[in-house]
This record gives sequence, C-alpha cells and structure tokens, in this order.
Amino acid sequence: MRIFDTDVQKLKYEILREVARHAYEDRLIDCYTDIPVAMAPGPKATMRCCVYKERAIAVERVKLAMGGNKDNPNTIEVIGIACDECPVSTYQVTDVCRGCLAHHCAAACPRGAISFDENQKAHIDPDKCVECGKCAEACPYGAIANRKRPCERACKVKAISEGENHVAHIDNDKCIQCGACVYQCPFGAISQKSFILDAIQMLRESEATKAFNVYAVVAPSIASQFRYAKLGQVVTALKRLGFYNVVEAALGADIVAYAEARELAEKGFLTSSCCPAFVSYIHKQFPKMVDKISHNPSPMVAISKYIKETDPEAKVVFIGPCTAKKAEAQKEEAKPWVDCVLTFDELQALIDSRDFDVSELEESDLDNASYYGRIFARSGGLSDAVVQALKEQNIDFTVKPAVCDGIEQCRMALLKASRGALPENFIEGMACVGGCIGGAGCLTHGAKDKSEVDKYGMEAFEKTIADALKVL
Amino acid sequence: MTIKICIGSSCHLKGSYAVVSRLQALVEEKNLSDKITFASKFCMGKCAEGVCVSIDEENFEHINADNVDNFFETEVVTRL
Repeated sequence: MRIFDTDVQKLKYEILREVARHAYEDRLIDCYTDIPVAMAPGPKATMRCCVYKERAIAVERVKLAMGGNKDNPNTIEVIGIACDECPVSTYQVTDVCRGCLAHHCAAACPRGAISFDENQKAHIDPDKCVECGKCAEACPYGAIANRKRPCERACKVKAISEGENHVAHIDNDKCIQCGACVYQCPFGAISQKSFILDAIQMLRESEATKAFNVYAVVAPSIASQFRYAKLGQVVTALKRLGFYNVVEAALGADIVAYAEARELAEKGFLTSSCCPAFVSYIHKQFPKMVDKISHNPSPMVAISKYIKETDPEAKVVFIGPCTAKKAEAQKEEAKPWVDCVLTFDELQALIDSRDFDVSELEESDLDNASYYGRIFARSGGLSDAVVQALKEQNIDFTVKPAVCDGIEQCRMALLKASRGALPENFIEGMACVGGCIGGAGCLTHGAKDKSEVDKYGMEAFEKTIADALKVL
Repeated sequence: MTIKICIGSSCHLKGSYAVVSRLQALVEEKNLSDKITFASKFCMGKCAEGVCVSIDEENFEHINADNVDNFFETEVVTRL
C-alpha cells in the first residue's frame, strides 16, 4: 500500500531512517559520508544535474534530520542548493488566449492591469497586477495561468519571497510554521528540522537506566495514517520502540473542550488555541486580537502536563501531523511538559530504522478519550466538542462557531472579528485545510481522512466528554 | 496512604473507572478521606492483568468491579 503522497516525502523519509539507523548503531559521525553516497550512488544522476549536487543536497538533508541550523530559531528551513530557483512570475496570459471580443478578464480585473494588443490578445501589466487571480477565474478558455512559485503559492501568510540568487527566502517574522511550503515544494527544498535524534536518545536512556518512562502522545489524526496497518499495531510498534505507554492527545482535547466551553460562556467571544500555527498567525498579523485567544493550553500541552503530574520523571514525545507543534514545544508554556515533537513521517522513519514490520505485530489497546476529543483532528470537530461541553456542563450559552480551515478562511474571520463585524462568537481556527488531517507531517492525505477520523471517534469507549474526564 | 489506579488504555477498557468510583465511595463511606489519597497513572506495566492498582508503590492486579470491595477490606483497610 502507498505510504507517501510524493517521492519528495519518501526521499526525506529515507534520509531520516538512515540517520536514525546510524544513531542506533552509534556511528552518527558517518552520516555525512555514508548517506549521501547511498542516496546518490551514481555514476549517473537521477534527480539533479550530477551526482555531486545530489550528494551535496543529501548532506543538507542529513543536517536537517539531525536538528538543522541551531542559529536559526525557525523550525522550517530552506535548503538553498536544493531550491530550483523556479522562474518567478505570477499570473501570465498563455498561448491559449484566443483574442476574444468579450474581454471577461479585463472586466474582472480590479486594477485595470489588463490591456490588449492588435490581435485582441490580453497582456498583464506586472506593475499593476495584485495577483488576485480574478482574471484567471473569468477567462472562459482557462488561458491565464498562475505561475507563482509553488512555495510562495502555498504560503498564505506571504512569508516566502525570492531571496539572494533567486533562492526562496523565509521571513521568520511572518512564518507560522504551518509547513505548507514543506509539503508543496516540488524539489523538497524546504524542510522541517527533525528532533528524531532527541527522541532516540531519550528512548535509549530510558531503557538503559530505567530511571524514567518515555510516553508517546499521539494526535487523533493518526486514525487517517499508517493505513497499511491497524492502529493497535502502530501502538504496539511504539511500545516496541521503547515507549513506556501511548496516550491519546484526544484526552487533552477533552480537557480543553470542557475548559474552553466555560471560558467562552464567561467571555462571550473567543478564538480557539489548539492550532499553534493559527495562534502564531493571530500574534503576528492580528496583535489586537491576542486577548481573544482562548487561555487554554493546546491538547498536546494539556495531556502532557497531566502525564507529568502522574509521573514527574516522565519524558513526553508528541507524535502528530504538525510541523508547527515543533515551534510550540519550544515556547515557555509548553517546554516543561513536552520534551520532543515528531511528525508521522518521522515516526515511520524511526520504526523502519529498527527493521520490523508494523503490519505483522499484535494489536494493543488505545483508548483514553471520547468521540469529541478524537474528532478534534478534523475541521469542525473542535466546535462540535465545545457545543457538547456546554451541554454536558449545563451552561446556558449559545455558541455560534465560525469554522475555519486554511489560513485564508482564518484571515477572513479574524478581519471581520477585528472590526466587530463577525456574526459568530467563536472562531475555530485551523491553519491546514481540512484541519489536522491536512497537516504537512502526514504520510498521506486523502478524501477518506475525515471519515476515518469520525470512525475512530465512534469507536471510543467513552461517548461523552464527561465520561472521558471522570477517571482523571 | 496513596492508592494509584491505572488509567492506561488497557485498564481503562477493563473498567478503571468502575474501580476508582467504588474505591472512592468506600473511602467516603468509612470516613477515611483524610488517610487515603487517590492518584492515577498511565500504565503500570502489566496491561494483560488489569485493572492494576497500587498501594504506596505495592502493586495489585486483576482488580475489577466484582472484587474491589474484597480488595478494599483485605488490602486497604488492613494497611491503615
């Protein structure tokens, strides 16, 4: 069965797997020489102009797999030499333009950027164009193409621009670590830093000294991942890697839903605080709305904190679909509770570095959370949980949620709210389209992901949030 | 005395909550709240033998709704 969406993901995974393997074999020092040659054995190049460039890029990927540039606070980095320096342009009229008479494109353009030559063919004035895309939508022939670089197009917060030597540049002041560029760059030139070595070190030390337990906190979007195996087998795989126990982040979501419902009723208006990229977006682009952000910790932090309260020596590794969680884990409010963040693709690499087949393992139980905690993984789930939490706590408050997935929808709702023109009283903000199941750290993305999450929710032993919380 | 009840997935599915709530009720009934505190733990390492309970770090397995009253009399009360 297909494990990844793209070959770029596979390439990054192979590097991570080999770095992990070297770590377990105590020969990390050989990573920089062994792995590039293994990835590009030559003599013929298969990906770039020559094997030497392929190997040079592999060296950079190894660096990122080992934690990346320590001087750069951003957890997302550009690999300069891997950037293909795609030609930069935005909307362009292609040869498909028929030189028609209606000129829908010009009528749709709000800036008067479109003119016509003697053959009636359209031309866009780049100085006037604001890249709204209305002309492309209006053309009945589909003759206007968006030739924006894929990374820039993916970045809805406009943090990516053409830097020195045409190489993509990330503006750290704007970047919210959502990972959209990481997933969308067709050359794999933008990557997340990996902390897989930290996780391996913790697991090895815990087994050697038995002095502490390492807990895996898994995000509910795991239900749509590792499709070649059963979830219970993935839980067994985690235990085999040395994790003492596997706990659902969804139980943290149950905790959050209960508290968020109370806070909302008290304040009358709130935005969610679960998605770290959305929270970062508010801080960076809507600073006046910061006091409207729910004061609740994210589900990751809530459950990690609870685990450490029951086991103070514990180490917690969060495993999810999210690149922004890596940045969140470095914040003061998360640092004491979350020791490391891995994405699902990194977990796959970690498992495969130990050479066992997940689909052949026995199944283990995984059940801590309610249906409502579990559906946090998809857009709309958080709002459903807040509605339920209000009902379960008999709070007389009518929540009108603005369910936003993708930064563009979040932006619209925040703009309206900042002007007091939003009819809703709760913004559920998720930076990824579809919610966490659309995260950049997922192995695969597909049409069935949402129904998989809902199915996993329905399988929860506890049907209400109160049921899930009563054991705490 | 601290009684810890495992709330890891396996024990949870085997009825941690039933055990917790019954123990809490018994403690209240016998006015022992000042002597006994409850805590939870994710996993005590014997997932197949749940529900796992510990009394001051001493472990007990196979506790369930049917034998929890007996467990309370023989293991908890005697240790007070």
